[in-house]
Amino acid sequence: MERVPIVKIGRTLFVSIQIDLQDESVLRLQEDLADELVRTGANGVIIDITAVEIVDSFIGRMLTMIGSISRLFDAETVLVGMRPAVAITLTELGLSLRGVRTALNAEKGLELLNGRS
Amino acid sequence: MDVDSSQGRMAAFMRDHQEKVVGRWCELVVAGVRGRLSAVEVRRELEDLYSLVVRAMSGADEQALGELRAELAELSRSRARNGFTPSETALGVFALKDAVYELVADAADLVPEYLAFSRMIDDLGLRTVETYAAAREEIIADQAVSMLELSTPVVRLWQGIIAVPLVGTLDSARTQLVMEKLLETLVATGADHAVLDITGVPTVDTEVAQHLLKTVNAARLLGAECTISGIRPQVAHTIVSLGIEFGDIATKATLADALAHALSRAGLKVGPA
Repeated sequence: MERVPIVKIGRTLFVSIQIDLQDESVLRLQEDLADELVRTGANGVIIDITAVEIVDSFIGRMLTMIGSISRLFDAETVLVGMRPAVAITLTELGLSLRGVRTALNAEKGLELLNGRS
Repeated sequence: MDVDSSQGRMAAFMRDHQEKVVGRWCELVVAGVRGRLSAVEVRRELEDLYSLVVRAMSGADEQALGELRAELAELSRSRARNGFTPSETALGVFALKDAVYELVADAADLVPEYLAFSRMIDDLGLRTVETYAAAREEIIADQAVSMLELSTPVVRLWQGIIAVPLVGTLDSARTQLVMEKLLETLVATGADHAVLDITGVPTVDTEVAQHLLKTVNAARLLGAECTISGIRPQVAHTIVSLGIEFGDIATKATLADALAHALSRAGLKVGPA
């Protein structure tokens, strides 16, 4: 199973998903991210899904869950770089990803997090 | 007498009288199209057709019938595109019967052959009408597509602010197109604010509202904020009567208000110069 690397930049954790998301790798990411949040005390998470072309309802729900988990550690999650096709799919599935903020690209995501703190 | 040889006799007869028949046929067709095609054009088309008809009837050439049908289909498609009516198109084919009949009337022994010939021309005429109808359908479908494209422009109002002026009823096909174009423009321009202007949407019912909400949600997933503008008094009334909730989506009366809102969200202020 492929693992998604988590990079710490300042007080932000940066997760760039470059692989085809399988259910297990998303679950693994969830666990890794929680561990990393505890270890580093980061206050923001940026998930870059520029390379993700296919999503299903499970992955949509997992993204929301990652947002909820991060909030428990007082960290805000920003989902960046979503492709139009992915956005349309998620909307058609009726998932609006409540609790997760979104930005067009990583730069704007960082601005969003920094503007908050 | 079997069918093949009777057709063969008819074919021979028609080949012998080609000059006369084609001439008469041209006269009839040119009179029928009332000057929208020149006699030279008509003659060129009909000469091709005539030689194919003769070849098809002589029975020697198996491909001739197929070629004849293809040629006729092409002819009726071009007639459909140039705005001729279906009867004008079909009469062009049926006129051949008249042209031939005028000659056959003098030769009584060819009447049974003429009947077989007549059936074939009827069949070809019907085919022409069918192709004509199909071609019109194609034209209508093409127009619908280009209208769809014309009706969904995405315009840039300011750096980072784009607007979609919606005109006409929002159905699912339109919504899909609007959504795709809006999202693509958001990504391409890096805009983070979009205004959906519904001044040109005649009525907003629950379905249209549902489509608007979907579009706004999709834009939000890309990190863009959406404002809905151009809500007319009657539309506001309908929205409230139907109990439609736009939730936390900002709604404004006019596009100007929406632009002012978007500018202030972007931290910009417009004042007197």
